[in-house]
Amino acid sequence: MKALRQLVFPLAAVAAAFAVGAIVIALVGDDPIATYQLLIGSALSWPDGIGYTLFYATPLIFTGLAVAVAYRCGLLNIGAEGQLYAAAFATAWVGITCAGLSPWLLVPLAGAAAIFTGAAWGALPGVLKARFGAHEVITTILLNFVAVAVASYLTQYHAKQEGDAILETAPIGEHARIARLGRLLPGFPERIPLNAAFLLALAACVLVYLFLWRTRWGYEIRATGLSPAAAAYGGIATGRQIVVAMALSGGLAGMVGINEVLGYRYRYYDGFSTGYGFTGIAVALLGRNHPAGVLLAALFFGALLRGGLFVDIFTAHVSRDLILVLQGVIILFVAAEELFRGPFRRQRRSRQPRMEA
Amino acid sequence: MKGVLDLGLLASTVRLATPLLLAALGGLFSERAGVINIALEGLMLAGAFTAATVTYFTGNPWIGLGAAILAGAAVALVHAAACIRYRADQVVSGMAINILFLGLPALLCGALFDTTGGTPQLPRSELLPTFPILLAFALVPITAYVLDRTRFGLRLRAVGENPEAADTAGIHVALVRTVAVVLSGALAAVGGAYLSTGQSSLFARNMTAGRGFIALAALIFGKWRPVPTMLACLLFGGAEALSIQMQGVAAIPVQLVQILPYVLTIVVLAGFIGRARAPRALGKPYEKGR
Repeated sequence: MKALRQLVFPLAAVAAAFAVGAIVIALVGDDPIATYQLLIGSALSWPDGIGYTLFYATPLIFTGLAVAVAYRCGLLNIGAEGQLYAAAFATAWVGITCAGLSPWLLVPLAGAAAIFTGAAWGALPGVLKARFGAHEVITTILLNFVAVAVASYLTQYHAKQEGDAILETAPIGEHARIARLGRLLPGFPERIPLNAAFLLALAACVLVYLFLWRTRWGYEIRATGLSPAAAAYGGIATGRQIVVAMALSGGLAGMVGINEVLGYRYRYYDGFSTGYGFTGIAVALLGRNHPAGVLLAALFFGALLRGGLFVDIFTAHVSRDLILVLQGVIILFVAAEELFRGPFRRQRRSRQPRMEA
Repeated sequence: MKGVLDLGLLASTVRLATPLLLAALGGLFSERAGVINIALEGLMLAGAFTAATVTYFTGNPWIGLGAAILAGAAVALVHAAACIRYRADQVVSGMAINILFLGLPALLCGALFDTTGGTPQLPRSELLPTFPILLAFALVPITAYVLDRTRFGLRLRAVGENPEAADTAGIHVALVRTVAVVLSGALAAVGGAYLSTGQSSLFARNMTAGRGFIALAALIFGKWRPVPTMLACLLFGGAEALSIQMQGVAAIPVQLVQILPYVLTIVVLAGFIGRARAPRALGKPYEKGR
């Protein structure tokens, strides 16, 4: 019953966003119902629709968890995008330079490179906040640009294959590749890039839940998020919790590198992310910063990304930018939740942590 | 270094600083009133798209500019309503607007012009003259005067520093904040309009490419004060001008020049170059009678 109540506002926000989207679709001269049928139908067909939906959902689970963990500590991590770029480059770099190692060593090593690089890039704004009071929203935004530029520089000057016209690294060693699900699941075509990183994403949902609600560290992080002053009074070193939460958040965002480099493209490709880090904010908000909600929201946005490609091709006027419009409106409605509370204005506020600005 | 540091560089520094300065001054009004405006990027995109589209259909860049101002103000009103009336998280609402206006202009361009998200090229005769540059730099002393010497400026600072006290003194906190946010939308939209119908001659998908965030960085770098903010915009505009000029020279990788504004701002935020103190009530929604 409690879980059901948690679904009401997110579903209302999604419905409202689809209504706004329908107006936009009608405005540019297409049929909203047919467009939505196309959008949803192409995302749920078997096996390609489902396969690609899960594939697109994989990075969103990671970034959604990343934003949610930081949010539980009262921090807004807008830097998942930079964290996943830094991590993906590091993953590729390990995959290239240690290509001679056995797969049993190389895959964990390259995976660890993703997690630890993301964690380090995430911990940096955590330290800047805990030690110097620099607001994490601004520093994470700025560090996004730095990460993208540095990865692009390293790719261009230090990791590119001779004569390659595209800004991408050399391919990683064969041994660094992780299996596509087609290899593990009989009857599932191997051409679909859905890979073992999806299973890792599911495991990450469970681990994040256990960490946040079943360990002392998780408790201290949540206490810091709910009320820094009370947590500090209760003997929690809130500064340390901020750094730990940001490192954890960055590490989760960094796992996108495992999906992208070890599971999909087998190299670092400049500009590969289509805003996964930012969509992660929408995923976390819609999922109410809970791992189960994040999983559901990531599957939803993954389906939109998949369906958007078909809307792009098979409608006369609507492009896949419709997905960005829906995403923006959903975030706006979830954020301005009180809009839906109109008749029950005096109800208690949601018990999510409030941002300290 | 000859041929790198010359008058041409100075001129392009001023030109490239202009959209940053307009957006940063917009952000200044909003943030001094206590509302975080991370939506500058989306507001600039809304302005750039509206200006180019309206100019395309009317053949008059001034009508385009006027329409862009209205569009920016309208979008900012949505941000204001979400943050002030419905107490949405200000950063989250701002990000929503950024994502929305990454998509909406591209979607509309695709439908209007059958392109992949931009407008067709505008003829040279239909571009804005240097007016936005003059406006941007003239607004610096005007903003300083308004903030420090007018009743509106006093009220704006009051609701940004101590909304409870302002409320007690009879100031309508929500109204002053809304006006400030709408003003910031209008100014950011002028910056966007200058990008699409002054500096270049069309709207392209995501043509701001992070300038709204650089403007926000300049505002913080300038410690929420008009003149230092202008200097920060000139510095960041200069970094961009330099990185464009260096593309042929390639003595230093261009990416390393591009990150200069971001790294400098982080250093300032960390307090290594004086302390950047934000308006006290920045980011805090105000509820009457609590």
